Amino acid sequence: MSPYALKLAIRHLLSHPGQTALLMAGVALGVSVFIFMSALIGGLATLLTLRTVGSIPHVVLERPDRDPAILSPGASARVVLQKDLSRRDQIAIWQPVLPIIEGTPGVTAISPQIRGSAFVERGQAVAPVGVIGVMPGKLSAIADIDAAIVDGSGSLPADGILIGSVLARDLGLRVGQVVRLSSDRARARSFRIGGIFTLGIASADRQAIYMNFTTARALFDLSTGISRIEIKVEPAIGAPGVAERLRRSTGLKATAWTEDNKQLFEGLDAQARTGTIIKVFSLVTIIVGIASAMLLSIVRRQSEIGIMRAMGASKGLVISIYVLEGSLIGLIGAIVGAAAAWLVLLPLPPVSQVSSGDLPIDRQQGDFLLAITLTTIAAMLASILPARRAARIDPVEAIGA
Amino acid sequence: MSAGSIFAVTGLTKSFGEGETQTLVIKGIDLSMAAGEMAALLGPSGSGKSTLLTILGTLMRASGGTHTMLGVDLMHASEAQRTEFRSKNLGFVFQFHHLLPDLSALENVMMPAAAAAGRETRAMRQRATELLDAVGLADRREYRPAAMSGGQRQRVAVARALINNPVLVLADEPTGNLDRESADQVMDLIRSINQTMGSSFLISTHDEHIAAQCPRRIELLDGRIIRS
Ligand SMILES: Nc1ncnc2c1ncn2[C@@H]1O[C@H](COP(=O)(O)OP(=O)(O)OP(=O)(O)O)[C@@H](O)[C@H]1O
Ligand SMILES: [Mg+2]
Repeated sequence: MSPYALKLAIRHLLSHPGQTALLMAGVALGVSVFIFMSALIGGLATLLTLRTVGSIPHVVLERPDRDPAILSPGASARVVLQKDLSRRDQIAIWQPVLPIIEGTPGVTAISPQIRGSAFVERGQAVAPVGVIGVMPGKLSAIADIDAAIVDGSGSLPADGILIGSVLARDLGLRVGQVVRLSSDRARARSFRIGGIFTLGIASADRQAIYMNFTTARALFDLSTGISRIEIKVEPAIGAPGVAERLRRSTGLKATAWTEDNKQLFEGLDAQARTGTIIKVFSLVTIIVGIASAMLLSIVRRQSEIGIMRAMGASKGLVISIYVLEGSLIGLIGAIVGAAAAWLVLLPLPPVSQVSSGDLPIDRQQGDFLLAITLTTIAAMLASILPARRAARIDPVEAIGA
Repeated sequence: MSAGSIFAVTGLTKSFGEGETQTLVIKGIDLSMAAGEMAALLGPSGSGKSTLLTILGTLMRASGGTHTMLGVDLMHASEAQRTEFRSKNLGFVFQFHHLLPDLSALENVMMPAAAAAGRETRAMRQRATELLDAVGLADRREYRPAAMSGGQRQRVAVARALINNPVLVLADEPTGNLDRESADQVMDLIRSINQTMGSSFLISTHDEHIAAQCPRRIELLDGRIIRS
């Protein structure tokens, strides 16, 4: 790429300002489509992930499974481990585990829980519920129950419970009323409804009941153990890694939220692929546009190219001129398009604050540099074919000597 | 090739097309030129003047015969070698000026040198300025071709042919598009350059008036030399 090739390329572009501007505008449009798609697909993924992971635990620690299993498969002697039904599914020794979890990078919240099944009885009406016993101060560690309270308060005295709004409606319950809970451990006692919450998740609003950790311990007849430890991590997408570390460091069964949400990831993946196809098409459009414009301009400048070749210009010089010309159109068009896209996306709110109905466009995920790089490379590739064709022009034919 | 000659062709032939449609256009030409010589190439339309100049200028290969210049066997040289040889030793002026429309007169004159070097240098600019002065266009250096007259353009084209100090300038009807006055200006210019710089000129023309200004006369008829 000689300085002379660059000079001639720039001179050509400047000599036809209208055509140059039009080509660059086309490239800029393609680039902004590319960036817009990246930002939209990325923003959608972020939004869906945020919505999904917002109120669920990212990693759940439980007692390891003791399911029946064949040990050492393939060996001639079969050794079978049978499920141990004599013990409760509980984490018996859990206090020493908490500091280990707290010390694990990425963990942002921990909630040891006692869980169990129970029935709510009110008069003749009976409804099955899942009881979640949480430690004081940990009510909103996983799902923000405090913020979801629509009636009453989120404090959990020993005889208080919080119920979901759907359950409240079904059984006609209100804050301050007393209901009876009988657990699957055949224990029963009365509770006062301290608050009603609406999480927006149907199953939780219908079946979840929050109560004090200590009260739950008594209701489910657990002397020391707990049912599970729920954990939040940051970023949520790092949950599988954290789960793997915890599995090794605690020996407990660790389940990341990603394992239970395969569909979400399939959906996000399909979305990303759709975005990739659109981006590839925008690049192909740029390539086709630049290649055809350059071919036309080379036909028009046939005699100029011929005279240069006749005067001793090498094929390499001719190729350089046209590849540089195409690359410059690509580079400048891409920068203009990226800058325009940046300005257009600038006033949009961050994805976490997008109101429903608006597109969740995340400028951070706009892939600006990638778009500029790919476009410039595409433009360069697009100009190689026309440039080689220019270099093959026969000076004698072109000059018509 | 006699001592002092710059090129020599012997038994030179050129045919176009294949098989049935093949036509022999140059039918065996022996020709050489001495350094500093200035010759007119005459002949009726279709006699092969442009074809011969194109072959001598290494823009096209002959079909048969020998072609040597400055000791180089141009018949058997590679395309890249011929391009380099052309750039160093040959200059061209065509009937149509073929100036690059995006470049100024000065830049057009520098073009053959800059294309070979890959950059424009101060020395080239200096030389191009001298040449434009020599062709009487000192005040038109920054003009684009579109802003010049036909005669001025052709004088720029002559200056361009000389930028690399060529041993031989091949001019194919250089005055064919010019009126008598402009044609005489261009011929005066060529003659003075031939005398001061020593480049040889081979100039094809239909115009006896032009031919009369050249010390040597080469006549073509139907692909053969009938007088040299
Ligand atoms: N590329 C080509 N293919 C086939 N025939 C050609 C080609 N170039 C030239 N010819 C033929 O060769 C012959 C000589 O052509 P040339 O252009 O050399 O003549 P010329 O002497 O320059 O004529 P003019 O004075 O009209 O310019 C013509 O009959 C022409 O048709
Ligand atoms: Mg001719």
